[in-house]
Amino acid sequence: MFIALRDLRFAKGRFGLVGSVIALMTFMVVMLTGLTAGLGAASVSAINALPVDRIAFAQPADGQDVSFTTSTLPPDTGQRLATKPGVTAAHPIGIATGQLRAGANTEAVSMFGTDPDLYPTRESGQPPGPAQVAIGTTLADDAHLKPGDQIELTGQRLTVAAIVDDTSFNHLPVVYTSIDTWQRITRSDTITAVGLRLNGASAASLAAATDLHVLDKDAAFAAVGAYSSEQGSLNLMRGLLIAVSVLIVGSFFTVWTMQRAGDLAVVRAIGGSRGYLLRDALGQATLVLLAGAAAGGAVASAAGIFAAAVVPFQLTAGNVLVPVAAMIGVGLLGAVASVRRVTTVDPLTALGAAR
Amino acid sequence: MSLILDTIRLTYPDADHRVVALDDVSLRVGRGEFLAITGPSGSGKSSLLAVAGALVTPESGRVEIAGTLINALSAKARDRLRLDSIGFVFQQTNLLASLTALEQLLLVANLRGSDRVAAHRRAMDLLDRVGLADRAQRRPAQLSGGERQRVSVARALMGEPALLLVDEPTSALDHERGAAIVDLLREVTREQSLATVMVTHDLQHLHLVDRSAAMNDGRLTEPSSAQQRQLVATR
Repeated sequence: MFIALRDLRFAKGRFGLVGSVIALMTFMVVMLTGLTAGLGAASVSAINALPVDRIAFAQPADGQDVSFTTSTLPPDTGQRLATKPGVTAAHPIGIATGQLRAGANTEAVSMFGTDPDLYPTRESGQPPGPAQVAIGTTLADDAHLKPGDQIELTGQRLTVAAIVDDTSFNHLPVVYTSIDTWQRITRSDTITAVGLRLNGASAASLAAATDLHVLDKDAAFAAVGAYSSEQGSLNLMRGLLIAVSVLIVGSFFTVWTMQRAGDLAVVRAIGGSRGYLLRDALGQATLVLLAGAAAGGAVASAAGIFAAAVVPFQLTAGNVLVPVAAMIGVGLLGAVASVRRVTTVDPLTALGAAR
Repeated sequence: MSLILDTIRLTYPDADHRVVALDDVSLRVGRGEFLAITGPSGSGKSSLLAVAGALVTPESGRVEIAGTLINALSAKARDRLRLDSIGFVFQQTNLLASLTALEQLLLVANLRGSDRVAAHRRAMDLLDRVGLADRAQRRPAQLSGGERQRVSVARALMGEPALLLVDEPTSALDHERGAAIVDLLREVTREQSLATVMVTHDLQHLHLVDRSAAMNDGRLTEPSSAQQRQLVATR
């Protein structure tokens, strides 16, 4: 990279500019990735945390997609499914939206009625019994609640029995209670779905044997409200940003290569091989991409710490490193497409008054 | 002989026909010999340099550079031959803008994979030889036209070539600086036992060369030895 490094030193302004653009694009992609993950978790972390292999829903109406909102099953569906071959456990799940009131605090919550086996890890308190609930740590902090405190959940007076790891469903914190208590609160004698633990049974065989719609957990995310459209929109934005980055990097290196075609012709004329020029140019592009993407990723990581305090934002190593690597990878594709023209430079143009 | 061109024919496509750039051109240049090729624009001077510099393969005829017949060489082998055996001095602007004078020379060493310490020493020696040791850290834009051309000469010598090809070295210089460059080329040709071929349309400095030949419509006309001696005596 003899020429590449000296070009970088010589044309600091130009490379600084494109490096800044790459940093900005990386910053935006990392922030969007954190936001996508954060919003995704806010939508489905309660489903993701369920220790089940599959979730059985009622068959949706014709032309409709399966949904936690519209699925309604008879209360004995869990017991019925538990007898099927390959099913080791079947837990009824009821899901509804409610309002939690504790003193002066009022919070909208998602109410999960299910067996204590399906609750998240308990931080404090005891497993909830009848007329008792488990709430997440953030909700407990926000509403100043601890085990033993009284709350009102959609008009029913209940006791906080346990504080559990935070989960949320459809952007609302989850309050866990037994299926009986849930049915009493919601004045319902049905359930929403059944969580299944399996030992060899397939979703297809279960669906065929029961006339239910059986999905694995990841597929069940799509049954949560606007999860799919929300994630789809954000992923589309990320994809567009990455595509724009490819165009920016490709355009810059195309113009840069054209500008120094005369220099490249001289190097070819004095004996520089095509491979030498290509390695040099790609090395230069890699350095610019690495520096820009690393700077963008670092700033986004710092900004993510603050963002996580005010919006659903997940700052993890993967949410930073994967987008940074993607930016470098696709940026290199753009660079390869543009700098490969260094191999077509004609050394003959170094002669005469052609320059 | 460092350069042998034997009955070279070269044509270029031009619309629906081909233009003859070199027509039955033969030339021999030995070590320590400084040859000038003159002629008007479009006469074929640059084409001759391109063939002699292994940049173009002629349609017919034999090209031998530093003992290597290049007609059948691959493109990669011709790159290597240029690196190892040929030095180019281009017109004045053909230095890389981002490199200092010293780095212009070190680039050649980098292309050759030479030892860095030895290359640095040789590059400084060569810059000193062309009177630019104190300008080693300057970029082309910080050098005068004559200084740039001296750097170009030093760069051409960096690879210890057998053949030095010089393209219009005085075209952008005044008479005094032009004469100084041609004089420098004459000196290094002797000192380093090079075979130097200089293409020029400037006839003012021909008294500094050993031989001259004229290109016209792709044909090379070289005066006889007796004519050459007479030409030199009358200058």
